[in-house]
Amino acid sequence: MSMNEPVIKAENLTKRFGDFTAVDAISFEVYKGEIFGFLGANGAGKTTAMRMLCGLSTPSSGTARIAGFDVYRQTEQIKRNIGYMSQKFSLYEDLTVLENIRFFGGIYGLSNQQLKLKSDALIERLGLQPEAKKMVGELPLGWKQKLAFSVSILHEPTIVFLDEPTGGVDPVTRRQFWALIYEAASNGITVFVTTHYMDEAEYCNRISIMVDGRIAALGTPKELKIQLNESSMDGVFYQLARGAKNKD
Amino acid sequence: MKQFITFVKKEFYHVLRDRRTLLILFGMPLAQIVIFGFALTNEVKNARIVIVDHAKDDASRSIIDRIGASNFFEIREDVMDRNRMETAFKEGKIKLAILFPANFQRDLFHQNHAPIQVIADASDPNYATTLTNYVSSIIQDYQTELNETVALPYRITPQLRMLYNPQLKGAPNFVPGVMALVLMLVSVMMTAISIVREKETGTLEILLVSPFKPVWVILSKAVPYLILSLVNVLSIVLMSVFVLQLPVEGSWLLLFAESTLFIVTCLTLGIFISIKTKSQQVAMLISLMGMLLPTMMFSGFMFPIENMPVPLQIISNVVPAKWFYIIVKSIMIKGVGFAAIWKETLILLGIALFFFVISLRSFKIRLE
Repeated sequence: MSMNEPVIKAENLTKRFGDFTAVDAISFEVYKGEIFGFLGANGAGKTTAMRMLCGLSTPSSGTARIAGFDVYRQTEQIKRNIGYMSQKFSLYEDLTVLENIRFFGGIYGLSNQQLKLKSDALIERLGLQPEAKKMVGELPLGWKQKLAFSVSILHEPTIVFLDEPTGGVDPVTRRQFWALIYEAASNGITVFVTTHYMDEAEYCNRISIMVDGRIAALGTPKELKIQLNESSMDGVFYQLARGAKNKD
Repeated sequence: MKQFITFVKKEFYHVLRDRRTLLILFGMPLAQIVIFGFALTNEVKNARIVIVDHAKDDASRSIIDRIGASNFFEIREDVMDRNRMETAFKEGKIKLAILFPANFQRDLFHQNHAPIQVIADASDPNYATTLTNYVSSIIQDYQTELNETVALPYRITPQLRMLYNPQLKGAPNFVPGVMALVLMLVSVMMTAISIVREKETGTLEILLVSPFKPVWVILSKAVPYLILSLVNVLSIVLMSVFVLQLPVEGSWLLLFAESTLFIVTCLTLGIFISIKTKSQQVAMLISLMGMLLPTMMFSGFMFPIENMPVPLQIISNVVPAKWFYIIVKSIMIKGVGFAAIWKETLILLGIALFFFVISLRSFKIRLE
């Protein structure tokens, strides 16, 4: 893992909605192949920050470069180089496994030949051969989520954004899911993940904790625990989030 | 382009795999044509009537023959007394009774005046009016014929001609109406629901993060429904030609061009609704209450706009279906060309453009 090449570089990134400052001048860097945990209570500004990084929302001020592209002018290139999976499960339930893979690969502009190779490889890797022609709606939730993750990195993005990807999944499946995340990271894909599970925060290389639109803490889980003199991530999070003004 | 085709293909999978959608898409036009064509008609066919002939003379006979010769009635001749007749009316066995008094012919020829009593079941006033009108006009006919031999000066006979629809069939009126209704439902509701569904499942987010441009997302949503709606237009027109025997008098090409324009108008409305709503239920409710109801009320298809109070007439002008209804009626029934309907076309175009522009604007705002 090379830690010297930033693929996300945000400086004083700010988003205001009228009088309300949702994201208040955040600055951080994320490096290639890193698993970066983006934590914060609901309403802390995580989603807004993530939307700016994905090129969905224009910042009010500050700068950010994603995979080397500018969030103001190069959203097109940014979208081409990122993958995204949200907390809501997001494949089409009335399409088969194979059709879903082909569709999402297709809108990222993969050629038919690439699609064929990649979908075959993916189905084999996940052991979904018997289910390939089944509707996604018939799969258990854990499988769906693994499939959704694999589909989100089918086009080999530089960075993949995961918005609470393991919500509502049992602990065993969550572990398996994290195995996929590690695999992706070891292949050089940077993983930017938000979560509410503190055990998952421990799996990350580095984490940032947002409170009231600012980054209140940033570092490896170990560093943060030492810094705040807490024995667990739960304690770290609680200590920081306690003082928040914007809660919901 | 390849992405666009991938997307359109996916949309067709959604439609073809959802039985409810399919049913609404293809079952509804069929059902509506059948319902409006055969069940909900003001035409009178084989109404059961009873004729009580106390006269049994040539004059009463020839009137009864004339009534029998028309296809409107199913006659039972029976000398009923009042009580039995009333029971028959109450049980709904008869809709109308005609009573000839004894000495009908004698009175007619000697006193120049003879009554015929016509009693109708007016619990359904429209039906009763129609029946009595038919009977009166048959009697009128007979009278006119009698008078031809007698020189009566200064007789004014209005000669009525019902243009475009001489038999006063119901079909010419409702086919354009059904078309407007079905297209409104398919194009507005289905498009709105299909986009909002993607919002609900979170797939829209994925699409927006992808390099596939948002405008293309919207377009590839609209295209499948445009095609399906055109299939609907075709099936309705074919049914009207072959099942209801109502030929298209004007140009088919013009009919389809105007339908496409109306569909596009509806699609922009559907897209607008989908941008403004968050759940499928809300989208459906708005489409039904906000679109379907005005279409039924203000298109002129069920209630004549001319009879409405002025404020409602003004409101009716913003209902796209009203203009489409006029256009389709003009093409299908009157057989006119574009020259006669360019104004309506222009208005539809204006409404389509208006909603297209505000949809595009609110879509961009939503993205922020």
